[in-house]
Amino acid sequence: MKRTGMEGSFAIAEAIKLARVEAVAAYPITPQTHIVERLAEFVANGELDAEYIPVESEHSAMSACLGTSAVGARTFTATASQGLELMHEVLYVASGLRLPIVMTVANRALSAPLSIWTDHSDAMATRDCGWIQIFAENAQQAFDLTLCAFRIAEDPIVLLPTMFHIDGFYVSHTIESVEFLEQEVVDKFLPEYRHPYPLDPDKPVTIGAFGPPFIYTEAKKAHEAALRSSKKVILRVWQEFSKLSGRHYSPVESYKAEDADVLLLCMGSFSETAMMAIDKMQAEGQKVGLIRLRLWRPFPTEELRQAVSKAQVLIILDRALSLGGTPPVCSEIQAALYPLKTRPKIVSFVGSLGGREISAQGFEEVIRHGVDKAKQGELDEFEIIGVRE
Amino acid sequence: MESLAIYVPRLVTTKEYFAPGHRACMGCGEALAVRLVCKALGRNIIIANATGCMEIVSSPLPSTSWEVPWIHTLFENTAAVASGIEAGIKVLRRKGKYTKRTKVVAMAGDGGTADIGFQALSGVLERGHDLIYICFDNEAYMNTGIQRSSSTPLGASTTTSPAGKVSIGQTTWKKNMPAIAVAHDIPYVATACHSYPFDLMNKISKAIEIKGPSYIHILSVCPTGWRLPSDLTIKAGRLAIETGIFPLYEVEKDRYTLNLDFPQLRPIEDYFKLQGRFRHLSKEITSQIQERVAAEYAKLKKKATSNNY
Repeated sequence: MKRTGMEGSFAIAEAIKLARVEAVAAYPITPQTHIVERLAEFVANGELDAEYIPVESEHSAMSACLGTSAVGARTFTATASQGLELMHEVLYVASGLRLPIVMTVANRALSAPLSIWTDHSDAMATRDCGWIQIFAENAQQAFDLTLCAFRIAEDPIVLLPTMFHIDGFYVSHTIESVEFLEQEVVDKFLPEYRHPYPLDPDKPVTIGAFGPPFIYTEAKKAHEAALRSSKKVILRVWQEFSKLSGRHYSPVESYKAEDADVLLLCMGSFSETAMMAIDKMQAEGQKVGLIRLRLWRPFPTEELRQAVSKAQVLIILDRALSLGGTPPVCSEIQAALYPLKTRPKIVSFVGSLGGREISAQGFEEVIRHGVDKAKQGELDEFEIIGVRE
Repeated sequence: MESLAIYVPRLVTTKEYFAPGHRACMGCGEALAVRLVCKALGRNIIIANATGCMEIVSSPLPSTSWEVPWIHTLFENTAAVASGIEAGIKVLRRKGKYTKRTKVVAMAGDGGTADIGFQALSGVLERGHDLIYICFDNEAYMNTGIQRSSSTPLGASTTTSPAGKVSIGQTTWKKNMPAIAVAHDIPYVATACHSYPFDLMNKISKAIEIKGPSYIHILSVCPTGWRLPSDLTIKAGRLAIETGIFPLYEVEKDRYTLNLDFPQLRPIEDYFKLQGRFRHLSKEITSQIQERVAAEYAKLKKKATSNNY
């Protein structure tokens, strides 16, 4: 297995090539562009035998993906921010029609004001669209989880589109050391995609008929059940992948959290910087640990409960607002922990909106401030950290 | 029209790919047009259908009127979905996983074509996908309740462009979709109407053979929306052509052919008086429309005669 220094976007493009993707439809949007530019190069050079459809909008990108996937071609696209929003209604169709499209989202803030920098507002706005959603923290994870995403999405009992999130620029544009897999290894891991009911004149099917009230609820319940039960496939695929690569992934990952009284929870590339703060604070003798939420949909309720069961304080750092409500990750976690008899005190912070940086020292401050708030019992409202007054 | 057309009835298949039992209104011109289109297309096709009348009348779960592979996803993205199907087939065929020569067909109404689906259609025509795009034009958003579209003709009363004390109804001229398709420089553009079934089927058959995008604009009479007795669908379609309001023509690589030419067009009143949607129009407005129709027809005729072989 070779190890190469490479930009996160290119590492994802390498994974797409190794996955022998057959169709890519894309519209350029910062910061995902490097992914599809590299794929276009692969196709242009004959390194990847795929149809590259240079569509005129993200709405059409996802729409073209519906077509390529429905006819039985392995399909990939990538987007971010406003592009993801423009796709929004098509996302529901992809999952409702059970088409296993794989999409990278290079997370970026939403307008207005216009921002090209990273936060999770775009991801959170698509929370309920029925896709499997996974967060990667760095280029290596992006490479690994891309390959896993196809296996998961195309599993006959899953057949759901999969979105994996990387933080724009922090992962997409940063050069990191990435360990790749050989083509033969990937070929064994990822068999050919065959949709059980493709569009085929020899076996005509009607896809996307309309659902009158007597059938719509049942259709949605089936979708819900499929998404929930995808978790066992996700676990199986990640386990299989760890045997192949030595890198293990799970829905909720703890970092030095075994004896911690105070836990910080975050998603995406954030967790990498947070680890530095945890290392330093632990060296100072403080009982703090980190929880990284990797699987966002289906939501890993059991794993989360287990991971935080012994802690007294759980500090949740959201990278998006739910304007006028509770920050999205926090509200999910509150809901998951509410039925428990004993649960940690939850402190809710929102930070790093629109690309505002938080340093390792910043994370230390977040944790300290969170502990203070928990002690004082000021837990009814969230706080946006680092605001210039 | 080609004189050969008279022999065509014997060659038309008795097989129906758009099954009877759908839920279209009585006298629906669009359902008839779809049936004729499907006969001409044959079985080796895949249809992508926009949200609209045809999707609603033909696909209430768990039943279907389609005996060919058919997909509906959204209102405005039919062209894009069809382009994906075409590209998907192309790559699978290249890899030996798909061996048939299947034609991809996109179907949408006038709202799904001239309004909300306009961008996706333009993208597909520009990219040159090998598919047929068919617009079934009943001149309004019919199954949502007879609301105006950009394909509604001037003076027509609809629920969102109602005729009133100070309004004539629709205040803008009908968007010329075939001309916009021609401007994309695609190999084949045609207009058709269910009232001329052999002309319609001939055009579909021609489009199947063409490599690259074809655009076919079919006037589909809507008795409900046009306030017209349901037994007058065929007659109304014929009058649209005989008055020059909807000329039947083809554009093949910039070469215009007027399929049915009249030395003398019928007055548009003949067409208008059949329908409730034009009932309120004054003589003055009618004569304005008449002038415009004559001018447009003359322009078209000039194009057809100037480049004729």
